[in-house]
Amino acid sequence: MSLLEIRALQKGFRSPDGHLQPVVDIPEFSLAAGQAVALAGPSGTGKTTFLHLIAGILTPDAGSIRIDGQEIVGMTEHGRDRIRANAIGYIFQSFNLLQGFTCLENVVLGMSFGAGANPARATELLRRVGLGDRLHHFPRQLSTGQQQRVAVARAMAGKPRLVLADEPTGNLDPANAREALALIRETCTENGSALLLVSHDRDILGAFDTVPSLADINRAARPQPARA
Amino acid sequence: MTLWLLVRRSLRQHLLSTIVTALSLSLAGGLLMTVWSLKTQARQTFERMDGGWDAVLGARSSKLQLVLNAIFHLEASPGNIRPADLATLAANPAVKAVVPLAMGDNYLGFRIVGTTTNHFTDHEFAEGRKFRVREGRVFEDGYREALLGAFAAQKLGLKIGDEFKPYHGLNYASKPSDNVQHEEIYVVVGILDASNTPADRVVWIPVAGIQNMAGHDPATAQDVSAALVKLRDPAAGFRLDQLYNKQGDRLTFAWPIGTVMAQLFDKIGWFDSVLTLVAWLVAVVAAASVLASIYNSMSARRRDLAILRALGARRRIIFTAIIAEATTIAAIGAACGFLVHFALLFGAASLVRTQTGVVIEPFQPGWVWLWAPAALMGLAALAGTVPAFKAYDVDVASSLSPES
Repeated sequence: MSLLEIRALQKGFRSPDGHLQPVVDIPEFSLAAGQAVALAGPSGTGKTTFLHLIAGILTPDAGSIRIDGQEIVGMTEHGRDRIRANAIGYIFQSFNLLQGFTCLENVVLGMSFGAGANPARATELLRRVGLGDRLHHFPRQLSTGQQQRVAVARAMAGKPRLVLADEPTGNLDPANAREALALIRETCTENGSALLLVSHDRDILGAFDTVPSLADINRAARPQPARA
Repeated sequence: MTLWLLVRRSLRQHLLSTIVTALSLSLAGGLLMTVWSLKTQARQTFERMDGGWDAVLGARSSKLQLVLNAIFHLEASPGNIRPADLATLAANPAVKAVVPLAMGDNYLGFRIVGTTTNHFTDHEFAEGRKFRVREGRVFEDGYREALLGAFAAQKLGLKIGDEFKPYHGLNYASKPSDNVQHEEIYVVVGILDASNTPADRVVWIPVAGIQNMAGHDPATAQDVSAALVKLRDPAAGFRLDQLYNKQGDRLTFAWPIGTVMAQLFDKIGWFDSVLTLVAWLVAVVAAASVLASIYNSMSARRRDLAILRALGARRRIIFTAIIAEATTIAAIGAACGFLVHFALLFGAASLVRTQTGVVIEPFQPGWVWLWAPAALMGLAALAGTVPAFKAYDVDVASSLSPES
C-alpha cells in the first residue's frame, strides 16, 4: 500500500480580476513508504502549493489525499494538525527556523507536538548533523548551511513517515547543497521515511535515479497552448 | 514543557514590552495590596487600640472627640470635668480604676499629658502588658518631672537629666516666635519602652503639673481634661452610658472605645472605597496594557505562529500559549508588586506612627497577598484572550514565506 496517494487533486487561487487560476491539477500521484522521489519544477509551477496541500496547510478545491490510508481532505483542522505533527516532517526552502529559539529548542519543537519533546534525541540529531557544538546558538548565529542542517534535524526529529522538502538547497552553494541533500537522504533512510523533494536545482535532481517534472503530474503547470 | 518554552522565549523576544507591562502591573498590584492592607490593618489596629481602657469620661461632646483626645492624643479636649465628677465616677462600684488626664501644653509639638503614676505602675495597656520604664523611673507626683514615651524621647533627643520648658497649647506653631513658653522647668527622669501605642508620643508629667502651670486658669486648677475608665464588668458600661449620656447633660461617657472607633471608620468608609476603586482602575489599565502589548506584537509573531502550526502545533496550544504569556507577565508584575507594596506600606506605616503612635505592620500577612495577585493574573489572562483569538486565527499558508 502506498504511503501517499493523491487522486484528482485540484487547487486554484482567484486572481485580482476574479478569475480562478488553477495552480494544482494532479489526476494521480503516489509515493510508497520509504521511497525517495524528486520532482523538477521551476518557480511558479505550484511546488509549494502542492506540498502545502499534502501537509494539510492548504485545503484543496477537490480531490483526495490519503496519508498512510487516512484521508486528509475534509478532515478537521485539528485532525490535520495531528497528521502534520505525527507523520510529516517539512523542510522549507527558507528553513523557517524560529529565530527566538536556540538550535536545540527548534529541534525539540519539531517533535513536541507529535512524538513528544525529547531533548536527548534532539541533541543526538544535532550532533548527527555536525552541530553538537552549536546546540544553544540562535539561528542568526549560524551560517546558511548550518541553518539548513538544523532544519533537516527538526524535520526528522519526530521520525516522520513522510518528509516533504521544498527547494531544500535553494539558499545553499553547490558544495553545501550536495552535503545537505546527502544528509536528508541519509536520515530519511535511517528513519525509514519516504521523501518527496521538489527543486529546480539540476545538480540536486541529478542525484536521483528518475526525476519526473512537476509538469508531468500537474496539468496546471503545463504550458497553455497559445490561442488561435 | 513546550508551553513554558514558548512562553519563556516569547517573553524574552519582547523583553522591553514585557518589562514595561510587568512594571505597570507591579504598580497596580502594589497599590491594590497597599490600599487593602492599610485600610484593613488601620481599622483593626485603631479599633483594638483602647490602651487597655473600657471607656473615657469627658466634658459634653462627641464620643469620637473624647476617644481621639484621651486615647489617641489627637483631638483637642472638649472641656474639663470637675473633681467631684471624677470622685463620683471612682466611687461607682462598677468602676475598677480611673486615671485622670490633663492636657493643654506641648513640647516642640509633642503633647504633654498630666496623669497619675498608677497609669504606669498598675495599669495594663494590653492583656498582660504594663508600661515598662526603659531608663530612669516614673515621675513623682508633686514634682516637675517628666516621663517620656519612647517615640517622643527619640524624636526630641532628650535624655535622663535633660531639662525643658513646656509650650502653651496642644500644638507647636511652625513659626517659633508664635509659641509661648512656660517658665516652669521640667526634668526628664524616665523614658518608657516602646509600647506601640499612642502613649509612645506623649511627654507624661504629674497631673498637678498641668493644673498648676503658670498661665492656666486658677479657677479650674483642680479640673482634669478627661478620665480613663476601667470597668469591673464591661456590661456595666451600658448603665454608665445611660447615666451620663441619656440622663445627664454635662458629661459624655465614650463606651465601648472600639465601637466608637469603628464608627469613625464607617464614616470615612467612602474614602476607602475611592482608594480601592482607583487601585482597581489602575489594575484594569495595567491589564489592558498587557492586551495592547501582545496584540501589537502579533504582526511580528505571525510568521513564528505559522511555523509552529506547520510543525503540528494545535490551535489551542497557540491560544493557550498567548494566555499563559499574559498570565506570566502578570505573575512577574505581581511578584514585583510585593516590593512596591512593602515600600508603600513602610512609608504609610511610618507616617501613621509619626502622626498617631499606632504601629502598622508591613509584613503582617493578609488574604490580600493571595487574592490580589490572583485577581491581577485573572485580569491579564482575560485581556490575553483578545490577542489569543487573533493568534488562533493566523493563516498558516500565507504567513509562511517565501513560496515557490
